[in-house]
Amino acid sequence: MIHQYQLGGYNIVLDTCSGGVHVVDEVAYDAIALFESHSREDVLSSLQEKYAGREDVTPEDIAECYDQILSLKEAGKLFAPDTFEGMAGKLKEKSAGVVKALCLHVAHTCNLNCSYCFASQGKYHGDRAVMSFEVGKQALDFLIANSGTRRNLEVDFFGGEPLMNFDVVKQLVAYARSVEKQYNKNFRFTLTTNGMLVDEDVIDFANRECHNVVLSLDGRREIHDRFRVDYAGKGSWDRIVPKFQKLVEARGGKGYYMRGTFTHANPDFLKDIETMLDLGFTELSMEPVVCAPGDPSELTAEDLPIVMEQYEKLAELMLERDRAGKPFTFYHYMIDLTGGPCIYKRISGCGSGTEYMAVTPWGDLYPCHQFVGEEAYRLGDVWTGVTNTEKQCEFASCNVYARPDCRDCWAKLYCSGGCAANAYHATGSVAGVYKTGCELFRKRMECAIMVEIARRMDRKKAEAQA
Amino acid sequence: MKHIETIETRNLCESAKNGGCGECQTSCQSACKTSCGIANQQCENTESK
Repeated sequence: MIHQYQLGGYNIVLDTCSGGVHVVDEVAYDAIALFESHSREDVLSSLQEKYAGREDVTPEDIAECYDQILSLKEAGKLFAPDTFEGMAGKLKEKSAGVVKALCLHVAHTCNLNCSYCFASQGKYHGDRAVMSFEVGKQALDFLIANSGTRRNLEVDFFGGEPLMNFDVVKQLVAYARSVEKQYNKNFRFTLTTNGMLVDEDVIDFANRECHNVVLSLDGRREIHDRFRVDYAGKGSWDRIVPKFQKLVEARGGKGYYMRGTFTHANPDFLKDIETMLDLGFTELSMEPVVCAPGDPSELTAEDLPIVMEQYEKLAELMLERDRAGKPFTFYHYMIDLTGGPCIYKRISGCGSGTEYMAVTPWGDLYPCHQFVGEEAYRLGDVWTGVTNTEKQCEFASCNVYARPDCRDCWAKLYCSGGCAANAYHATGSVAGVYKTGCELFRKRMECAIMVEIARRMDRKKAEAQA
Repeated sequence: MKHIETIETRNLCESAKNGGCGECQTSCQSACKTSCGIANQQCENTESK
């Protein structure tokens, strides 16, 4: 399966099953489009007719181009057959019963009252609560006990607002550090925060202990303050931005993301990215809102063309800033074509419900943070482990080949079937797909690959000039 | 005349041989939390590359 598109001045051909990426001229672009459905003779005559007025495209050129395509096919880099279906589920079989990441909901409460919050202001449609040290410790013990030979264990302190339970966060990190060597584990902590309670103590802690921090900022003040308000209805932008700047400056290059949400109020989210850049942030993520159908913040069909254009402009901006020596990272445009995930990972997906679970303040286990509050999806608890094995099986059998909608999608091995929670909310089944999310994902991949091609071309040009 | 420039990429078929160690990051954990893919994940198994 191939995908052809034109972007950033490049004719790009992706070969889904080999992972091949090719930059081609217009003759090859046309020839590849005809290659599988026409004979050699037909392809050559069709292109000779099309390029008849072009002195620079001779019949010999066209024949040579056809033979180059054929060579790539024979080398398995173009039109590679899909031979991976039999491997689907194998990674999950290989790692059956292994848990390697937990999202710890240390606070089901929040000091902001954002109407668009998928977690209903941090309460997840339930009671307000904070996690005790005992529950958190048991969660970490559960993770260690179920992690098999996995060395890298990930724990995200999440909420609500996790800093509303900061003392427990610190105690849990201290506990994990005290036992990780004994069990030959390496804990990687992430803190996801709205910034309201960030102070010197938090900054020191985050920079010392956290592999990554995720800082919620929606960009422009008026966009951010439209949703991200306190319980008095007052916007939070002016209070959090200086704290985030201080935290990031003190971080000294360690991982962080400024993570924004765009909604129907700002499909022109590039302006929000530019605001983040103006504030001095360079590691950025902007996510489409996840909300109930009909919610006023929901992206509409009219918003989608705007969003698509914004993604293209974002790619252009990244390249401009690269060339000006002021690069920045956009989470969804990070793609390592030579060192990305293996085929098992590409087939298996996010691992929700199997290797990744969320833990509530009461110690209940859910397939991921987005399922918390859906009682039918409660998998068990941190004391007895997973007891709802029937529900877990739904997640264990979830892979890109288990989703009929993914079968003919060129992006399936970049996406791996997408988000189970989005699929569930859109279709009622974790084996469905969230079609709007798919469209956005495919656009992001086209842009990400184009950016990577342009960077390589720039480097090549610079090397040639040197 | 070269009509096609092939960009160096990881060979997915080859990755089947030694892949699947499971040490890589959980896709959703790092930043998005709402719209995951796996393309931006790093492989952490240096022996398989």
